Amino acid sequence: MRITCPFCGERELGEFTYLGDAKPQRPVADAGEEAVYDYVYLRDNVAGVMSEHWYHSGGCRAWLKVTRNTLTHEISAVEPAAGAGAAKVGA
Amino acid sequence: MAADQANRLASGGLIDRSASLNFRFDGKSFSGFKGDTLASALVANGVKLVGRSFKYHRPRGILTAGSEEPNALVELRSGARREPNTKATTAELYDGLEAASQNRWPSLNFDVMAVNQLFAPIFVAGFYYKTFMWPAKFWEAIYEPAIRRAAGLGRAAQVSDPDHYDKAWAHCDVVIAGSGPAGLAAALAAGRSGARVILCEEDFVPGGRLLADGGTIDGLPASEWVARTLAELAAMPDVRIMTRTTLFGVYDGGTYGAIERVNDHLPMPPEHQVRQRLWRIVAKRCVVAAGAIERPIVFAGNDTPGVMMASAMRSYISRYAATPAKRIALFTNNEDGWRTAETAIAAGLQVAAVIDARPDVSPAHRSLASKGGFPVLHGSVVGVNGGKNGVRKISVSLTGGARAEVEADGLAVSGGWNPAVGLTSYHRGRPKWRDDIAAFVPDGAPPGMVAAGAANGAFGLGACLREGFEAGAAAARDAGRSGNVGSMPVADDEAFSLTPLWHVAGKGKAFVDQQHDVTASDVELAQREGFESVEHLKRYTTLGMATDQGKTSNVAGLAIMAAVSGKSIPETGTTIYRPPYVPVAIGAFAGHHRDENFHATRLTPSHHWAAEQGAVFVDTGLWKRAQWYPRPGEKDWLESVTREVNAVRSGVGFCDVSTLGKIDVHGPDAGAFLDRVYINAFSSLPVGKARYGLMLREDGIVYDDGTTSRLAEDHYFLTTTTAKAGLVMQHLEFCRQVLFPELDVQLTSVSDQWAQFSIAGPKTRDLLREIVDPAEDLSNEGFPFMGAREVALRGGLKARLFRISFSGEMAFEISVPARYGEAMARNLMIAGKPFGVTPYGTEALGVMRVEKGHVAGPELNGTTTAGDLGLGKMMSTKKDFIGRVMAGREALVAPDRQVVVGIKPVDKARRLRSGAHIIPKGETPGPDNDRGYVTSVCFSPVLDQWIGLGLVERGRERIGEIVHAHDPLRGEDYDVELCNPVFYDPDGGRQRG
Ligand SMILES: [Zn+2]
Repeated sequence: MRITCPFCGERELGEFTYLGDAKPQRPVADAGEEAVYDYVYLRDNVAGVMSEHWYHSGGCRAWLKVTRNTLTHEISAVEPAAGAGAAKVGA
Repeated sequence: MAADQANRLASGGLIDRSASLNFRFDGKSFSGFKGDTLASALVANGVKLVGRSFKYHRPRGILTAGSEEPNALVELRSGARREPNTKATTAELYDGLEAASQNRWPSLNFDVMAVNQLFAPIFVAGFYYKTFMWPAKFWEAIYEPAIRRAAGLGRAAQVSDPDHYDKAWAHCDVVIAGSGPAGLAAALAAGRSGARVILCEEDFVPGGRLLADGGTIDGLPASEWVARTLAELAAMPDVRIMTRTTLFGVYDGGTYGAIERVNDHLPMPPEHQVRQRLWRIVAKRCVVAAGAIERPIVFAGNDTPGVMMASAMRSYISRYAATPAKRIALFTNNEDGWRTAETAIAAGLQVAAVIDARPDVSPAHRSLASKGGFPVLHGSVVGVNGGKNGVRKISVSLTGGARAEVEADGLAVSGGWNPAVGLTSYHRGRPKWRDDIAAFVPDGAPPGMVAAGAANGAFGLGACLREGFEAGAAAARDAGRSGNVGSMPVADDEAFSLTPLWHVAGKGKAFVDQQHDVTASDVELAQREGFESVEHLKRYTTLGMATDQGKTSNVAGLAIMAAVSGKSIPETGTTIYRPPYVPVAIGAFAGHHRDENFHATRLTPSHHWAAEQGAVFVDTGLWKRAQWYPRPGEKDWLESVTREVNAVRSGVGFCDVSTLGKIDVHGPDAGAFLDRVYINAFSSLPVGKARYGLMLREDGIVYDDGTTSRLAEDHYFLTTTTAKAGLVMQHLEFCRQVLFPELDVQLTSVSDQWAQFSIAGPKTRDLLREIVDPAEDLSNEGFPFMGAREVALRGGLKARLFRISFSGEMAFEISVPARYGEAMARNLMIAGKPFGVTPYGTEALGVMRVEKGHVAGPELNGTTTAGDLGLGKMMSTKKDFIGRVMAGREALVAPDRQVVVGIKPVDKARRLRSGAHIIPKGETPGPDNDRGYVTSVCFSPVLDQWIGLGLVERGRERIGEIVHAHDPLRGEDYDVELCNPVFYDPDGGRQRG
C-alpha cells in the first residue's frame, strides 16, 4: 500500500503510522463526561470507506486524513490535517 | 567414478554437452551437463527412485518438470547450507552439487518406515484429530514420538544460515509473470510502446513451454522466434528480463513480491554477493502469463516411480535430451497429451500404447499410432504393477469392460491443464469454472492485473501470443505509453479436445496429493464424515497443505469431492488462494535485518569515550547506554554501582542523558499549547525557569513525564523519557495539527541535535566553574534550583544549562551541540580530576532515583493515574488539558487504588525483588488477598539495605504497616515495611543547596 502525502508525494506504507478513525471530534472543555467517553472509546467498525488519521512519521511528520476503503484498501483521498505543515508562516 | 548418462539422447536438448558437471545423490557420483536440473540429470542417469513419501514412506519418483513438483524433494547441499524440501525439478545442476533423498531410514532402497503402509488404516484422513481423542498418556508416550519419526519432510540445517539475503525495490509500468509465448508477446507489445517493463521468469531460461513443445511462430521454429524476441527485448533500454525470479504475490496498490534466486545455481554465493534477493516491485499494470499446470488422473498405483506427467516427459526428452523410459505408455483424456507420443517417437523411443479415455481419437493420431506400431486403447488405467524400480506393467480397463495389460517402463499421464490462477486470486478472488476446458480460469483480478494465455485458459499457441500481445499493449497504454506496438506474432492454434476424467476406481492406493499422501479414499472418507466444504476437506485431509500447496492435486481433490457428494465442481468451489506462489525463505524476508542489524543501533554522543572507559552497555530501545563503569578489582556490578552512587553523593559524577527525547516548542502560543498537553501550567512559567511536567492520555492515564524549560517568551525546551521520545513527538504533533490547529506553535525534534549530561553531587559547582565561562553566575542566587538558561562555556561555545536534579543532589544538566558531546565527556573528566569526578551509568542513575522516590517506567506503566504516582495535586483545575475529564472518572479516583509507596524488608540483610506481591500479614497469598506489588528495587548505599517502590492499595494510608512480600516466581516469602517513597533527603535540602 502507498499513500500520497500532500507534502512528500507518493510514499510507501512503512513511512506512515496509523492512528484510526478520524471522525470523532474532541469535545469542547465543558462538554461533560459522556461526550468525552464517546470520543475516547466509541468507534464504528466500518467495512467500507472510512476516514482515518495517518502520520507521516518517516517523512514530513504531517498528520493526514486518509479516505480508505477497509475492504479493498483503496485510497480515494488524502488531505493534510488543519494544522499540518507551516501554513501559518506568512499566512 | 561418475556413472555414465545411459539415458541421455545422443543429440538435442538445451544442454551444453561441453560442460560436464559432477554431482552426488545419496552419496553416489553422477554426471550431468550445464543446463540440466538435478531432476533431468537424475533422469539422464536412469535414477527413478528419488524419495519416500510423507506418511506411508512409499517409493516416489519424479512427477513433473517444474515448481509444481510434489515428490522429488531433496536436501540440497550440506552443513549450514543444507536446505530441505528443495525441488529437484527446479534445482539447477552445478559442479559438486550434493543432494540427499528425504524421509528414508536407513536408505532409500531399504526403508524401515515403509511398514507404515501396513498401518495405513490409522493414517487415514483426520488421523491427527482422531488420535488426539485417545488417552493423553498413550498419545504422548507412544503415538506422537512414532509419528514424528515417521512423518516429516527433510531436516533443517540446525545452524545459522551463513549466506546473505537482500531486499530491493523496483518500479515500472508493466510487470509480467512468465516468459512463455504469452509473456514474451506481452513484453514485446509493452516494450515497443515505450513502457518500462520487468519480466519475471522462474526458470533459468526464458521460453516457458516453447522450450519443450516448440511450434512455429511467424514462420520460424519457436526456438528461433524466442531468440529473436529476446534480442529485440534486450535492445530496449527499459525492458528488464529477470530469470530465476518468481513473482509470488500481489499486494495493495500494485505492489508485487518476487524472489530472485541470485546464486542458488552455484555451490555458494561468490564473495560479497547475496544468495537470494526479495523484490518488491511497484507496477502500474501486471500481466500474468504464468501458464498452466498439467493435472494428473488419480488411479491405483499412480505414485509408482516412472509415472510422470505427459508434459514433463516431453520436457525431459526435448529440453534435456534425457529419457525417463525406453518404452512409454500414455494415458490421456485430451488431445494435448498425444504430443508426448509424438515426441517419444521423434526421439526414437518406443510407445507401448496410448490409453485414451475419450470415445474418439483424431484421424491424425490414429495414423500416428499405426505408423508407430502401437495400439490405441479406449479406456482407463486401473492399476500399475511396479515398485521402487519403476513401472513394469499397466492394467487397463477398456471401454465396454474388458481388461488389457500393457508392458512399459514409463507411464505418461495427462488429465488436462489447470491455469495458474494463484496470482489473480490472491485478493480473495475466486476463479470461475469453464466447462469447455474443464478447468478454473481467473474471474477478474486485483486492480491493474490481467491474465493472458494459458493462465487465462487460452491453451493454443496462437491464442497465447494474441492474448499476451493484446494484454501487453493495453497495459502499456493504461500506464500512459503510446508507442507503436508493431505487428503481433502469429501462430496456429492446436485443437483442444478433452473429456474430463479425474479418478479411476480400482484396487490399491490412488493418490490425489502425493506430497501429503492423501488418497482418493481419504477424500471420500472426509465426505462420509461430513467434511464436505472444500475448506474443511483441505484441513481434515491436509490435501493441498504441503510445500507444493496442492498445485497438482487441489482441483482433482475437489472434483472427487464433487462426485461423491453429487454436486458439480463449480458448486463445490475452491479454497482461498494465498501467497506465496512458491515457498520463500524466511532469510529473504529478513534480508540484512538479522543479528546485530536486526534493528538500527543508536549510540550516545559520548559512546566511544564510554567504551574506552570500559563501560558495560545496556540496550534500551535502539540505544546502547553505559550501564556502569567497572574498575579493576571490583567483583561485581553491585560493587561498581555502589561506588558510583557514593561518589556522586559525596563528590561529583556525571552521566550521559542524551537519550531523553528533546523537543523545541516555538511560537506565540507555545505556553498555551503546553498548558493543554500537560496537567500542570506552563504559560505561567517564567523565562529562565524549568518545571517538571506530567502528560496524560486522553483516557486519563499517565502518558509521560519530563522537564520543560522556558528559554524565551515564545520558546520552550521540552524533554521526554527515553522510551517515549518518538511517541510523544507524534502525540504532540497530533495535538498541534489535528486538535488545536488554531494555536500558533511549531514543534522541532532536537533529540539528536543536543548532547546532554547530568552533573550531580555537592562538588558540581566546582566542576562546572572549570567548564563554564567565569562571567556566568552559578551561585544559588544567580542560578537557583529549577533555573534554566543559555550559558557560554570557556572557549565561547554556547550551552544550555538546567538546574534540575534526578539524583536528589545539587545538580545541573548541560546541553551542548551533539558533535561536542564526546569532547564534553573528556573535558568533564579532565576538569573534574581535582574533585574526583566519577562517570556513572544508568544503574547508579536508577539507584538514586529510587532513593529519592522518583517514578519512572515501572511506575508509569500505562495503568497509573497522576494520583497513583502521588502527583495528583499537579492537576490544574483552572484549565482544560488532555485527559482531564476521563481522569476524574469514579474508578480512577477511587480511594482503594494502588498507589506508589516505599518498601523495605524488615530484615535489613534481605534482598528485595521486583514483582513480589504485597499480601496483608496473616492472609493467605493469592489473588483475593493481593494488595499490590513491588515495581522498582535497588540496593541503597545510603541506607545500606535493599529498598524499593511499589504500587500498593491505599499505600499512603498504610505507611508504617508491616506486610508480607510473596514471590512465588522465586519461591521467596518475607516481611516488608511500607514507608515514605522518598528515602533520601526527604525535605530536598541537598538539591536546593
Ligand atoms: Zn509527508
